[in-house]
Amino acid sequence: MLSAILVMAGIGLVLGAVLGWASIKYRVEDDPLVEKIDAVLPQTQCGQCGFPGCKPYAEAIAKGEADINKCPPGGEEGVKHLAELLGVEPKPLGEGLEPKPKAVAVIDDNNCIGCTLCIQACPVDAIVGAAKQLHVIVADQCTGCELCLPPCPVDCIHMEVVKEDVATWKWRYPIHAIRRVE
Amino acid sequence: MTVQKSRLEAGATRATRKRHTFNGGIHPDGHKDVSNAAPIVTLPLLSRYVVPLRQHIGTATRVLVQAGDTVLRGQMIGAAEGYVSTAVHAPTSGRVVAVEPHEVPHPSGLADLCVVIESDGLDQAVEFQPLDWRNLDPSALRNRIRDLGLAGLGGAVFPSFIKLNPEGGGIDTLILNGAECEPWITCDDRLMRERAAEILQGVAVMRHMLGAREVLIGIEDDKPEAIAAMRTAAGADTGVEVVAVPTLYPSGGGKQLTYLLTGRETPTGGRSTDVGVQVFNIGTAHALYRAVALGEPMLSRVVTVTGHVATPGNYEARLGTPVADLLQAAGGALPGSTGKLVGGPMMGFELEDNAAPLTKAVNCIIVKHPDLFPARPAALPCIRCGACARACPADLQPFEMYWFARAKDFGKAQSYDLFDCIECGCCSFVCPSHIPLVDYFRFAKSEIWERERHKHDADQARTRHEFKEFRLEREKLEKAEKLAAKVAENKARDAAAAATAAANPDAAADPEAERKKAILQAALDRAKKAKEAVTPQNTESLPPAVEKQIAEIEARRAQADTAVEKEAGQ
Repeated sequence: MLSAILVMAGIGLVLGAVLGWASIKYRVEDDPLVEKIDAVLPQTQCGQCGFPGCKPYAEAIAKGEADINKCPPGGEEGVKHLAELLGVEPKPLGEGLEPKPKAVAVIDDNNCIGCTLCIQACPVDAIVGAAKQLHVIVADQCTGCELCLPPCPVDCIHMEVVKEDVATWKWRYPIHAIRRVE
Repeated sequence: MTVQKSRLEAGATRATRKRHTFNGGIHPDGHKDVSNAAPIVTLPLLSRYVVPLRQHIGTATRVLVQAGDTVLRGQMIGAAEGYVSTAVHAPTSGRVVAVEPHEVPHPSGLADLCVVIESDGLDQAVEFQPLDWRNLDPSALRNRIRDLGLAGLGGAVFPSFIKLNPEGGGIDTLILNGAECEPWITCDDRLMRERAAEILQGVAVMRHMLGAREVLIGIEDDKPEAIAAMRTAAGADTGVEVVAVPTLYPSGGGKQLTYLLTGRETPTGGRSTDVGVQVFNIGTAHALYRAVALGEPMLSRVVTVTGHVATPGNYEARLGTPVADLLQAAGGALPGSTGKLVGGPMMGFELEDNAAPLTKAVNCIIVKHPDLFPARPAALPCIRCGACARACPADLQPFEMYWFARAKDFGKAQSYDLFDCIECGCCSFVCPSHIPLVDYFRFAKSEIWERERHKHDADQARTRHEFKEFRLEREKLEKAEKLAAKVAENKARDAAAAATAAANPDAAADPEAERKKAILQAALDRAKKAKEAVTPQNTESLPPAVEKQIAEIEARRAQADTAVEKEAGQ
């Protein structure tokens, strides 16, 4: 009886030690859930969710501090993905938040005074320019976050909706006319 | 495996070729005799051409002209941009009227950037330089071919110079695609009948560039005249074999023809080059002949105009010819026509606007009539009969892919090898429920592509955002370090000064203070000297009254100065 208890206790201690060592050795530094949520978010870094960027929003969702329907650029589709990932029910976008068509910012060449304020505001460094030089937005890298609009002292930046062209055109979902049976 | 009969009958003495057959395929009505009897007709010079700057798969060309410029025939008006791109040229001499978005033959019906050229009627050409292809450096030769605007004329319009790269010599077989399996289309048939020798000269260039050991020319056996013409032209050339393949749609698919002729199966997600085979359309070989032997860029192509028109046939027209002019050349659409198809009835698309021009991709225009193309009955539910899977030449399961594409479950659709679908339309053709299966597959493919684009953009934005944060943090750190260093430096100097002061307490003063005093004094002296040197600029040629006034003021000022000095002296 005693030997059995000792053997069990010994096994318990050894396994406990192994587990304890493993938990230190293989500790996961980052919260993998945050990474997964961040991967679903559209990375516009626009802050419409009320957090300063997509990563902070992902962290807040992971902690349960933020709702999943605060990201307008992600749209309903994005909410659905987040709901799937977190195993919760999808819900409509939060009040006052509406998805917009993808747009890019454009600087008016004639009015830009080269103040660099928009460069500082751009979260993805998509604006090229220097003090007292004309600034230009790299359209391919612009996420359409609109964060450059408010700091501009001369209001020379406007958003242009990205139009569909021959290269980006998509085949539509097949829709078939319903006809009366004769 | 049976020995190919037609080849033996033709009296060939070469080793017998094993015949391979792909799974599936269909036998739609050919309608080839509508347009294959008459020789190719060359269209006369038109007064206006509309040349799209994107006529190939890949990046649109960079426009080189602007409205008002005059151009010559064969002058490059769009330069290749990026790797997957090939040049575009002016079809005749004249004036550029506009560079603007214009209707193009595309399933979207969207406009694309085009150069509109008004012909001057002279048709003057730039000087064409034939290429010395046997001696030219392979890379230079490919660049020349790119600048001559060559793209595959079979319909996919992939830039030819990329396909003419041997990629380390792994290509042993060159296949020329003369199958022309789509119903109605006969432009390749006529080209082979009439210009077999020229095609084979182009083939020789391809063979040289790729280092291919063997050349196989696959032609469907419903084109005996073309087979005979090509065999005659090939003559005793031992490396070139013209093989008649059974008429079965889609034997002209690149992967299907490769399997038919060599028995090599292209791996999933791969290309025929993965099994040592490169496939070109015979029209491309003909264009390559003209490019190399004459130095002429791709300026025209043969296009079949057929269906419900007065004189169906094949027309050699310059790229940029409006479809309306092509139809007019074919006698115009007959009454009762209900639209046009670009390409064949299996893979083509509806063309809305007659103003759209002929491009490198357009091999056929079919005018529709309800008798020829009855409306497709309404789709019924899928009964999972499996007819589509039996018909699929790519060995896919269209009914499964349809299910997931319909439900927009794209990941699942992709797991059934959606991207191996060649969109040939066999499944839609055989479906007893009349489901337009290919439409669903095209929809799913373009959705997946768009998602990949979005994902790429998001990843890029994430990286850039993270880098910006890292940069701001680094700048902050660097600033703090600089500040700390300066503070430390000042402190050290003060401490050193204090130490010196403590060491020689009797020294008259701090040397640093002395130095500063000296500098200050020097500056004051300089200022004084400068003041003395200055003479007022407005005292010349004044009236005597004013001069007198000035003299009085000066005297007063001198008096005051002496008074002040006296006071200071006391």
